[in-house]
Amino acid sequence: MPTSALIELCILIPACGALFIAVSGRSPNLREGITLSTALGLLCVVAALYLRPDALHLAPIILGEPLPGLQFKLALEPLGMLFAGIASLLWVITSLYTIGYMRGNSESHQTRLYVCFAIALASTMGIALAGNLITMFLFYELLTMSTYPLVAHKQDHDAIAGGRFYLGILISTSVGLLLPAIIWVWQLSGTTNFTPGGILGSQLEPATVTMLLLMFAYGIGKAALMPIHRWLPEAMVAPTPVSALLHAVAVVKAGVFCMVKVVLYIFGVELLSASGSNVILTSIAGFTIVTASIIALRQDNLKRRLAYSTISQLSYITLAVSLLTPQAITGAAFHIASHAFGKITLFFAAGAIYTAAHKTRVSELNGIGRRMPVTMCAFAVASLSMIGLPPAGGFLSKWYIFQGAMVNDNLAVVALFLCSTLLNTSYLLPIVYVAFFKKESHPPHNAHGEAPLTMVIALTATAMLSLILFFWPQIPLHLASMLPGVGQ
Amino acid sequence: MSHLPILQVIIPLLAAPLCIVFNNRRIAWFVALCATWASFGVSLLIAQQVLQSGALSYDIGGWPAPWGIDYYVDSLNAFVLLIVTGISALALPYANRSVEQEIDPRSQPYFYSLLLVCLAGLLGISITGDAFNMYVFLELSSLSSYALIGMGPRRRALTAAYQYLVMGTIGATFILIGIGLLYSLTGSLNIQDISYQLHANNIIGSGNRTLLTAFAFITVGLSLKLALFPLHLWLPNAYTYAPSVITIFLASTATKVAIYMLLRFCYCVVGSESIFQLTLGQIVLLPSLAAIIVSSVVAIFQYDIKRMLAYSSIAQIGYITLGLSMSNHSGLSAAILHMFNHALMKGLLFMTMGAVSYSVGSVYLTDFRGLGRRMPFTMGAFIVGGLSLMGIPMTAGFVSKWMLVQAAIELGWWDVVILILIGSLLAVIYIWRVVETAYFNPLLELEEEEIGEAPLSLLIPMWLMVIANIYFGINSAIPVEFAQQAATLLLGGM
Amino acid sequence: MSWVGHYNYWVAIFLMMSGFYVVISRGNLIKKLIGLNVFSTSVFLLYISMGKIFGGTAPIINEHSQKFQLFSNPIPHVLILTAIVVGVATTAVGLALTVRINERYGTIEEDEIRAKDDSL
Repeated sequence: MPTSALIELCILIPACGALFIAVSGRSPNLREGITLSTALGLLCVVAALYLRPDALHLAPIILGEPLPGLQFKLALEPLGMLFAGIASLLWVITSLYTIGYMRGNSESHQTRLYVCFAIALASTMGIALAGNLITMFLFYELLTMSTYPLVAHKQDHDAIAGGRFYLGILISTSVGLLLPAIIWVWQLSGTTNFTPGGILGSQLEPATVTMLLLMFAYGIGKAALMPIHRWLPEAMVAPTPVSALLHAVAVVKAGVFCMVKVVLYIFGVELLSASGSNVILTSIAGFTIVTASIIALRQDNLKRRLAYSTISQLSYITLAVSLLTPQAITGAAFHIASHAFGKITLFFAAGAIYTAAHKTRVSELNGIGRRMPVTMCAFAVASLSMIGLPPAGGFLSKWYIFQGAMVNDNLAVVALFLCSTLLNTSYLLPIVYVAFFKKESHPPHNAHGEAPLTMVIALTATAMLSLILFFWPQIPLHLASMLPGVGQ
Repeated sequence: MSHLPILQVIIPLLAAPLCIVFNNRRIAWFVALCATWASFGVSLLIAQQVLQSGALSYDIGGWPAPWGIDYYVDSLNAFVLLIVTGISALALPYANRSVEQEIDPRSQPYFYSLLLVCLAGLLGISITGDAFNMYVFLELSSLSSYALIGMGPRRRALTAAYQYLVMGTIGATFILIGIGLLYSLTGSLNIQDISYQLHANNIIGSGNRTLLTAFAFITVGLSLKLALFPLHLWLPNAYTYAPSVITIFLASTATKVAIYMLLRFCYCVVGSESIFQLTLGQIVLLPSLAAIIVSSVVAIFQYDIKRMLAYSSIAQIGYITLGLSMSNHSGLSAAILHMFNHALMKGLLFMTMGAVSYSVGSVYLTDFRGLGRRMPFTMGAFIVGGLSLMGIPMTAGFVSKWMLVQAAIELGWWDVVILILIGSLLAVIYIWRVVETAYFNPLLELEEEEIGEAPLSLLIPMWLMVIANIYFGINSAIPVEFAQQAATLLLGGM
Repeated sequence: MSWVGHYNYWVAIFLMMSGFYVVISRGNLIKKLIGLNVFSTSVFLLYISMGKIFGGTAPIINEHSQKFQLFSNPIPHVLILTAIVVGVATTAVGLALTVRINERYGTIEEDEIRAKDDSL
């Protein structure tokens, strides 16, 4: 099979999967079988793509041309490969988890959930493989649209209000800022193709560069830079598997992924460092890291605390790429992977606690580690990854970003890192501590053990991935080493 | 074939009396169907010839222009002809079931006959090269549309039609005065000849007051016809209470044809240079922006969804006239392209309204509860139309919005760019209100009666429109080619 | 002097504005239609007076036409013939609508119609 067909399959498989899931809605077993096999099929295709030597040097695949010169096209590059790999791998695990969760909580409208999940994955693949800004924008909007029904899933007042907020923020930033930014790029350079080293040339005024960069930074609302981060905690009304895959992996990672792509492939490292406007991005991201961590400290609802932690961790990636040094860019790419594995484990654990014990608050978790040891162990491993301690993947990404900051003697960033590590520790480790070492203060209604088996398997698997990433980081590092701004 | 231009008008015009002669609703429908499809075929042939070998000219009765009436087709009106016939060719198969339900059986042959007359009028406006002939066709189409709107199922249709009649007649009379004044200036009614006389006798840069008056009358009259804010008052009622098919038909064709007339008079007759201190662009710019913002906001507060879409139409017309007011190549191309794309998306959205009113009986927001599950195909089509209206990529709406924003950036009108985008966001709000109700509001316990999907004869044209909306979002080479040729032509003078 | 010379315009403008005023100010649908007719008739007069040339005759070419130097332009008159037909048709449609409104609402006064619609 030609490599270009494999690239197309990455989008087609989940899209067709969505269709089949919709048709097979009457039989839950068939529906979930199709979900799992679609996810597995996608993973195989992405793996095959990684093994193809020519995959990264392929001519772009053109899907359509609405205006002369304005094309929808797909092209694979290292970062997209990494993102596609993470998303497809975690989809398989999440599918397992979702089945357990949805049955365990006997949720309604399950078919719609699975269909939207598959469409969201198709859009995520589209973002990962987009060959230019227009295609990226297209799939970015599709991702927003397809995740809206997931957020509003419960259909009660809170869920619909949360869904409105989610859609409102994401659509208005993307249409109001991202789209004009893209059109402006098109106006300036006559193209929107992702080209290593950027397409804007070196003649632009620093003021224009800064303006454009800000439009992109806030237009890509999914990257959750403050002050447009509020959609993320609002979206936590969704069922936990949705929060796990979409709001720890697909949606938010799509945001930072787009951010990194724009910096590396549209502006280019040279233009940004020459104009000095990257400093603005660094400061916004730095501010977000610290502020979101402080807010996370004060959240009692477990999922909301994790949401604010996500906001802060996402800004690590934005901050890293804005430093523009090779080590920092490597760190940014690596953090996409390590944060994904870590955060999804945390969400899985939160969902498992909800399913088994019906607890959603941090203050109710005293002693829960004795009832659910596997879940809380996984939670502990993921917490280490978030904080950036060995032996978890998060350590390596922080290591690289730290190095990237030291190269430029960027002491402010170094100080910021120390501060945020302290904050991370203080909002995550107490949960682990009380779970294992405190007496149960809120006895559950019934003596429960672990959550259903598929959920436990899923969260163990992701926790293992976090560890594996520490010991065998070759694949993400290899891909990161091929990024523009790193390789030369 | 050399007689194509006259066939374009004469086919529906001759088929109209046939509908009444047979006086049977099925035969009448079939005659109308054949006539519209034949017109569509003719317009395709014309478009092909125009693209291949340039403008076509046809002298009626063998009298050469400027003495006789000539039909003159260039890439601009070939495009308009395609829009009008294309939409009617899709609306007619749709009409069968919808009209059966909404209109008294005895009036149905008259209904189809009037529809054909209206079509003939619209095609006549688009194809003729003679200013007075244009007026006659305008009145032909308007008179039949007053009657068609008055046939709506609710009694408010009658008052809506009356209101439209009064405002439409005032508009048409203004146009008549304008044409008369142009005639007294140049002694000619042929548009090309008027333009030639004006330029040859140096009337255009000389500050001639008759010319100014003529254009003031024509612009105001046409603004009434095309429902340019704030002369749009007739439109919401007319669209809301008209029979479903008529709303589909008028929303996607009648206003477009009026815009075409404005383009023709303003650009082909005087050219793009300013008549006096003001250019057309400066006059139209503010009403267009006001239309985009105000009508979108008003649309958000409507509970009758057909009425909401009517207000959205006014906003979309604002986009078209905004492109027109830019008076540069990219702005004009965007405007002309948006005529086409707006016809596609509004046609589609009003088709879904027709289907909902067919199955549910009315189109209030509360009627949409739970429809996502009960009418999945109709609501799916509504979502696609809505996405197109918002300007999401891979839909037709995106392409024209892209071109419009690009044209505004080219001129450095950043404030206009912001307003265009605010307009899109407002569209998101009013479309999403419906989607949310349809998918996330459960049915009330009381409503147990079975509401099913609309019949296939409504769904097929609807989904053809869906496909068109998506196809022209992915590959709009053909309409863009037409729009750019037409824009070049308009800016280059005749 | 020049604006006395243009008295045909003044007549047309006067008629037009009075017709317009009737359309706007009257609530009775029939009266509105009458106003509309006055309004459009003013334009007919404008056209006809435009084509009139004092001392001009009909431009018919036959054996006598050598005797005349000045001809009136017939085209505005012909055009207005068409416009009159259009006007008649408009009035007919308007009256038909009024009849139907009277059947359905039982009144042709605008404010009463509005009151009946609002009470629903």
